Amino acid sequence: MSTMRSRFYELAARALDDDQRVAVVAAEIGLSELPDHPRLVNVGIREQLMIGVAAGLAREGMRPIAHSYTPFLVERPYEQIKLDLGHQDVGAILVSTGASYDSARSGRTHQAPGDVAVLSALPGWTIHVPGHPDELEQQLREALRTDDRVYIRMSEEANDAPVHARGLVVLRRGSDAAPVVLAVGPTLDPVLEATSDLDATVAYLSTVRPFDAAGLRALMRGTDVVLVEPYLAGTSAAAVASALTDRAHRLLALGVGNVELRRYGTGADHRAANGLDADGIRRSLARFALPAAA
Amino acid sequence: MPTTTALGYDDLPELLTRLTGDEKHDRAALSTLDVLWVLYDRVLRVDPREADDPSRDRFLLSKGHGPAAYYAVLAAKGFIELDELDGFGGFDSALGYHPDAALVHGVEISSGSLGHGLPIAIGMALALDAQGQAGARVVCLVGDGELDEGSNWEAVQLAGRLRLARLTVVVVDNHTSTYHWPGGIDARFAIEGWDAERIDGRDHEALERALGGTGEAPNVVVAEVTR
Repeated sequence: MSTMRSRFYELAARALDDDQRVAVVAAEIGLSELPDHPRLVNVGIREQLMIGVAAGLAREGMRPIAHSYTPFLVERPYEQIKLDLGHQDVGAILVSTGASYDSARSGRTHQAPGDVAVLSALPGWTIHVPGHPDELEQQLREALRTDDRVYIRMSEEANDAPVHARGLVVLRRGSDAAPVVLAVGPTLDPVLEATSDLDATVAYLSTVRPFDAAGLRALMRGTDVVLVEPYLAGTSAAAVASALTDRAHRLLALGVGNVELRRYGTGADHRAANGLDADGIRRSLARFALPAAA
Repeated sequence: MPTTTALGYDDLPELLTRLTGDEKHDRAALSTLDVLWVLYDRVLRVDPREADDPSRDRFLLSKGHGPAAYYAVLAAKGFIELDELDGFGGFDSALGYHPDAALVHGVEISSGSLGHGLPIAIGMALALDAQGQAGARVVCLVGDGELDEGSNWEAVQLAGRLRLARLTVVVVDNHTSTYHWPGGIDARFAIEGWDAERIDGRDHEALERALGGTGEAPNVVVAEVTR
């Protein structure tokens, strides 16, 4: 199976050939995977410039894709994302590689688990968290057909099978009193494993902004929501609270902890350290709502 | 082809007074006045009736603070109504202390935070190259203090290496940068591959000649004005 990253490079190369509006703006990262093309612009190791150039291209009617490691794509040029894209009111597709703790051996400098949170603080962004390369493909193809501001968070973690849906999709239904466990992107497989023998409703979401509030409201029968996000814990907690303002509810928001962990190792090590593997999710469920999970 | 005009350079003080209510005007606004006038009166191929013409020249005011001179010139050239000048900075006004391209006819970019215009200008120039818009030029105005921001130098380096000949930068140098530019701003662009010259920023003939571009490489015009 191809990775999200290899799929992205295939799709970007094809889009450059097929659509004259498309330009790819890179800051060295990814160049070895992309064929030379007149509309592939490498700006060198200059990420502020990468976003500014994307904005200028968009201002002239082109459809830029900007791509780098997450911290250098989202955090370093954050003001350019806010102003050059948002305030200028132009669109771009930002595609990151190196999700949360994917670059575990590289340490904190190459990790940005706050990516979805900080982009959520800006208006007008569509944010995709694909859980499978096929989902990435669908989301990127759709993004290329619009002029919207779209962020696609690629990850090395992926689910065994894709789930194709625009909004929240129910994968398993528990009793009316059962908690709704909302798995985002690549957290789905560990969530399914953790809940396989529990009375829980499991739903999946790979597009987190705009947040499918209507889908969540339609699904809720009981009071308990468990949000499982592969990035900073609580990133979508406000969106859940906003969706359920008029309903008594309890929320457990799982995700990557907001700490300087100062550990290397593998992504699997970090998934476990953040309680996002099946065992960790099951432990959290037990503490929150489901004694059967203990 | 310069746009025709009903109002002239001598009318600008009255327009500025209408904007600010002051008989005397602050230096940030006035430092750019002559450069802006020469651009809109003699250099840029822009027309308020066809502000979205793909073949037009693009002018990006990156130094967005002190925009009164910009608004006055846009009004004199018919991009904005004279009546709009009266509400400057008000809740219902399109004209703020930093320009918003979504609100003001003919304004290419919103600016205010320093160091954003030049990277966007490079993206525009690359797009115009890709689209085969042979004649359209991209002119970006920055301040000498603004050049403190490192994002400008990311852009200066790349534009020089890519030889983006349709790009002109005019630096209004009123010596506001605290730590100055030893060796000169023009020399710093030149070493990155730009055609560079320093001129008197109040000399309209010199501005007209220098702002026309050199056709070979990106060019910078350092327009010196006294504080």
